[in-house]
Amino acid sequence: MANKTVLIKIKRQANPESQPYWEEFELTWRPGMNVISSIMEIAANPVTRDGKKTTPIVYDSNCLEEVCGSCAMLINGRARMACSALIDKLDQPITLEPFSKFPVVRDLSVDRSVLFENLKAVKAWVPVDGTYDLGSGPRMTPDEQEGAYPLSRCISCCCCMEACPQFNESTGFVGAATISQVRLFNTHPTGKVLKQDRLSALMGDGGIQECGYAQNCVEVCPKDIPLTKSISEVGKDVMKKAVVDFFRQ
Amino acid sequence: MAANPRIIIVGGGLAGLSAAIKCAEMGASVDLFSIVPVKRSHSVCAQGGINAAKNLKGEGDSTWQHLDDTVYGGDFLANQPPVKAMCDMAPAIIDLLDRMGVTFNRTPEGLLDFRRFGGTLHHRTAFAGATTGQQLLYALDEQVRRFESEDKVTKYESWEFLSAVLDPQRVCRGICAMDLRTMEVKTFPADAVIIATGGIGAIFGKSTNSVVCTGSAQSALYQQGAYYANGEMIQVHPTSIPGEDKLRLMSESARGEGGRVWVPKQKGDKRPAKSIPEGERWYFLEEWYPKYGNLVPRDVATRAIHKVVHEYDLGIDGQPMVYLDLTHIDRETLNKKLEGILEIYEKFVGDDPREVPMKIFPGMHYTMGGLWVDFNQQTNIQGLYAAGECDYSIHGSNRLGANSLLSCIYGGFIAGPNAVRYGRENGKSSDGVPSSVYETEKKRQDELNSRLMTSDGTENPFKLWRELGEWMSKNVTVSRYNKNLKETDTKIVELLERYRHVNVSDKSMWANTSFAFTRQLYNMLQLARVVTQGALMRDESRGSHYKPDFPDRDDKNWLKTTKAYFAPDADEPRFEFEAVDISLVPPRVRKY
Repeated sequence: MANKTVLIKIKRQANPESQPYWEEFELTWRPGMNVISSIMEIAANPVTRDGKKTTPIVYDSNCLEEVCGSCAMLINGRARMACSALIDKLDQPITLEPFSKFPVVRDLSVDRSVLFENLKAVKAWVPVDGTYDLGSGPRMTPDEQEGAYPLSRCISCCCCMEACPQFNESTGFVGAATISQVRLFNTHPTGKVLKQDRLSALMGDGGIQECGYAQNCVEVCPKDIPLTKSISEVGKDVMKKAVVDFFRQ
Repeated sequence: MAANPRIIIVGGGLAGLSAAIKCAEMGASVDLFSIVPVKRSHSVCAQGGINAAKNLKGEGDSTWQHLDDTVYGGDFLANQPPVKAMCDMAPAIIDLLDRMGVTFNRTPEGLLDFRRFGGTLHHRTAFAGATTGQQLLYALDEQVRRFESEDKVTKYESWEFLSAVLDPQRVCRGICAMDLRTMEVKTFPADAVIIATGGIGAIFGKSTNSVVCTGSAQSALYQQGAYYANGEMIQVHPTSIPGEDKLRLMSESARGEGGRVWVPKQKGDKRPAKSIPEGERWYFLEEWYPKYGNLVPRDVATRAIHKVVHEYDLGIDGQPMVYLDLTHIDRETLNKKLEGILEIYEKFVGDDPREVPMKIFPGMHYTMGGLWVDFNQQTNIQGLYAAGECDYSIHGSNRLGANSLLSCIYGGFIAGPNAVRYGRENGKSSDGVPSSVYETEKKRQDELNSRLMTSDGTENPFKLWRELGEWMSKNVTVSRYNKNLKETDTKIVELLERYRHVNVSDKSMWANTSFAFTRQLYNMLQLARVVTQGALMRDESRGSHYKPDFPDRDDKNWLKTTKAYFAPDADEPRFEFEAVDISLVPPRVRKY
């Protein structure tokens, strides 16, 4: 056990324009290691497996409790959060790669701002009148709360988008996370006032129709959000709206 | 006179976002700076809930009782008028969050449900499962996104605050910041600046804080002349899960929902926890504190655990750990009210806490001290405001659970409007400030960067940081001894000296995170001295600050706020003290 090591292969890239390359690292095994603590270890001793001096790995991270959504990457080919990826549960050598469907910033860090733009486009908010003291909010039954709560736990990690075969440049598909947020706000007693706007935003190219029902999204979601259920619910509403809009023309 | 002033807000957690919303609503132009996308700020980590004396459980709760619990919990070190203002505002804040769509847990009648938390005998904590901070942050993030789509807020995400831009009269005229992708340093003018940069956990190496909680911004401002108050007041949370990369929080709500803390009565008991009979377990919190039981405030619970594992040597497997047991509560209740935290334990430890008692351990958690502010949240630098965990104002020497989310939103709601009013009334707006003021600050920061980039010493910044963390965690947390504190300060001076020979192995000018970290490290070291020396001076025990050699609270000599300021020539902190406003609740002995 004394010499037990961990082998990690990391796909690196200096900047968005340059070519990617691989580096291999061999670390001393310690109990309770995860992918993040391994990358931290490399920063404290940035030397590759064959003894070459290198630079610390660039990656996104913040809370390390799987709730901020920062540290998503491909670990052994699967889209997941690095903080909750325990070394002892991974096959070695462990491969770390940046998400493939988002622009690489550097090494494992990618630009996922497209999701935040999508949330703007679908008006993913409750349009309150103001922040002054206007009394209590609408009453909700425990059932309604229990329906909404899982949807509101989306951490914007974009794993569902990375894993989706339809999420690519040719379709321009908005992805499951955004659709699920539409469902959340469309079912809120006040939020639903913008329901028609949100459904309009999901019509046409890149909208909900692009979904191919591969169900990869729900498979990789670290928060077990019922994404396929969201897609089918919102899909029905979009369909209804399309029919109504057609006859109104 | 600026009719629609430009306000810069640094930090996109609950305090920064609530300030942004108020400023935008009042017609100001807001520039919001954050290291991470604001939706990924540390506020997401808050779990248990947010306090407000709504008195929905027929217990006769009141905002006055909330005030009393808060100042008593903080061992009377907080100025009381802002605490009262916060407790008075709390019910309206909950209503607002509810209107914004926060998925708070409900009663059968459809009203907000409230749970119990430490340091109070009332059900005063509104909650959304066990991910309340995440839900609150998202609600505010959504409102800010709405203002962003109306061009009232401009976000600068992936930008790091470096310093304030101060004019020759020492008035704040904007900030200097670094683009964390291009590494470019730029100045930004503003009529007022609000700092909302959270806690300083990284100074202690491993803590429950997020990676960005380094205190670098606060430290930079302290080095520019801002007072840093009550730096020695650091909260160690009794229940965290030790990890290789960080300490993960196990929320107080676990105890609020009935969780019990115990150790086997017999030293070295190797039996699995569940097989140890009730009579052979020691529920030491319930025995020592019959009134509050497992819900004594955090400092009290942490010291009790310390005593049990270090003095009685009864830690599980001989390690400084105790059991936090939920297994007597039915699965359905646990899933409805605590799922988020149980999931964390399951994922990171591998055991199901519904079946097996959790093994927990005290960990550095919260920064009560921070930038000194007046009752309007303004620092001693004109035009510079602070709100949230980075300011010192609310929690005294110990924070009660579920008061942090509240104090962040309260701070933002006070700082925002005051910054806008200041910007409007301030005769000479930033337009009239000579450009040389900005150029001078940019030059200073550019020079700092190039010195660091060309430094070719042998010290690895991450190793220096580990040493700092180990020393701080060992000597400046639960039990503090003057001898150890002195040695720690000497050690930090040594680390500062070694920092001069730091080697940034990555010399590139693109998304260089280790370079940004190395800059932060310097500020961490400077602020660590404020924390350590503040602790060294305060020869008493009060709230989280505990000195076995001075076990009692000493109101005669120490009922006062510590104010540190930076002496540039000596390159170290100096201290002065300020009387505490105790005009509302007379100090009494704190005994739970």
